[in-house]
Amino acid sequence: MGASLGGTQAVQKLLGALSPPFALPIVLVLHRHRDSDARLVDVLQRASALRVVEATDKQPLEPATVYVAPPDYHVLIDGEHLALSVDDPVLYARPSIDVLFESATVHGRRVIAVVLTGGSADGARGSAAIESNGGLILAQSPSEAMSADMPKAAIAATAHAEVLDLDSIASRLLQLARTNGAESK
Amino acid sequence: MKAVPERQSNAAKHALAAADAPQVMAVLECVYERTGMDFRQYAFASIRRRVHVCMHDEGLDSAEQLFESVRTNDAAMQRLLSVLTLPVTAMFRDPQFFAEFRDLVVPLLRTHPYLRLWVAGCSTGQEVYSLAIMLHEEGLYERSRIYATDVQARSLEQAKDAIFPVGAMQDYTRNYQAAGGRAAFSDYYTADSQSAILRPFLKRNVVFGIHNLVTDRSFNEFQVIFCRNVMIYFAAQLQARAHTLLYDSLATLGYLGLGRGETVRFSPHEERYESVSPRERLYRKIG
Repeated sequence: MGASLGGTQAVQKLLGALSPPFALPIVLVLHRHRDSDARLVDVLQRASALRVVEATDKQPLEPATVYVAPPDYHVLIDGEHLALSVDDPVLYARPSIDVLFESATVHGRRVIAVVLTGGSADGARGSAAIESNGGLILAQSPSEAMSADMPKAAIAATAHAEVLDLDSIASRLLQLARTNGAESK
Repeated sequence: MKAVPERQSNAAKHALAAADAPQVMAVLECVYERTGMDFRQYAFASIRRRVHVCMHDEGLDSAEQLFESVRTNDAAMQRLLSVLTLPVTAMFRDPQFFAEFRDLVVPLLRTHPYLRLWVAGCSTGQEVYSLAIMLHEEGLYERSRIYATDVQARSLEQAKDAIFPVGAMQDYTRNYQAAGGRAAFSDYYTADSQSAILRPFLKRNVVFGIHNLVTDRSFNEFQVIFCRNVMIYFAAQLQARAHTLLYDSLATLGYLGLGRGETVRFSPHEERYESVSPRERLYRKIG
């Protein structure tokens, strides 16, 4: 899941709607300032019945958990674990949504990519890669998003992105979680 | 109207990319055989990404093409090596870490008449000089010897030069201040329009050397070891080995500093450390 400008509120609303027995692991990249502290995790935890933690290196992906990328690191999916990296920012972002999404492509059809409000094209290339590998793209409706650039870029880069408002994204995720064991990025 | 043919060929590229683990491993094998640099046990997602970055820089479409290129072409191999060993660091990176080190650890270091500190994986040296500046401000530099090691000779040369792009000084100054700096960061360098050169006195008690956390042994015992954002690039087995090396090199009641996203949990010596700071990755060896 990736977001930027306006993302905290959007993610709070979305996580708030994902109630148990929703059990998919979620890896979240919210663009954040490099000196940003742990309060973001607290804010999101208060909004959610899922477990919200800051991602650490080699952390295993567990059900019903939201892993939030720390500031100034990239987060990658490495098999069934997370991997952190301090490689250069991509599109000026570290954490980068594209870096996360591209690493997730190894999981093919098990991946659901969610692209929310944001002011850059981060996530577009990664969404295209996920889609090419059989994964599903859910983009926040540009008219609802506080900043439409990010979902618009993802929609333009893909062929079959589902364009939904936040409530519908939540319902769709709940539905997908019920039908199969997938991973939500 | 979307450009369908272009997206199809991109799609083909992307589909290939995800399934290319064997080809990526073949590239790493080739690097090992031709240069002796062993990335085969590095964290796969990160190393695969760097291989793809190199592919992209070279205008290639697959790891297989990259393999063909570096197998015979020395210049291409060198370019790949420089992508695989990208150094990334800054002065007082994660200022909170340095602030907590200053507040929680430095007071206890004062009890030692002589201090040995190791920055393992020092890259281009910023962390070494950050530590030197802090020790200097706390009146501990004269009794300290900092060992700065890295596997890359080129990074070490840069670290020894202590010359940084002048454009980085603004960030560095902010970091320095957030880390609790007592003076002005500009006191520690001289600059022209291009470069900032750190003051030579900061190097006086620093020993630079090549050391490979993957293959080399412990070479001394230290009161403080920093190994930050280095082991994230090692796969689990290699990381465990590196942790053992660090543990063996740390004096009892010595301090280990890791990067923000790292932990001693799940490492072989987890039980022998206690956490000094709940948030920053600072540990004391207790057993």
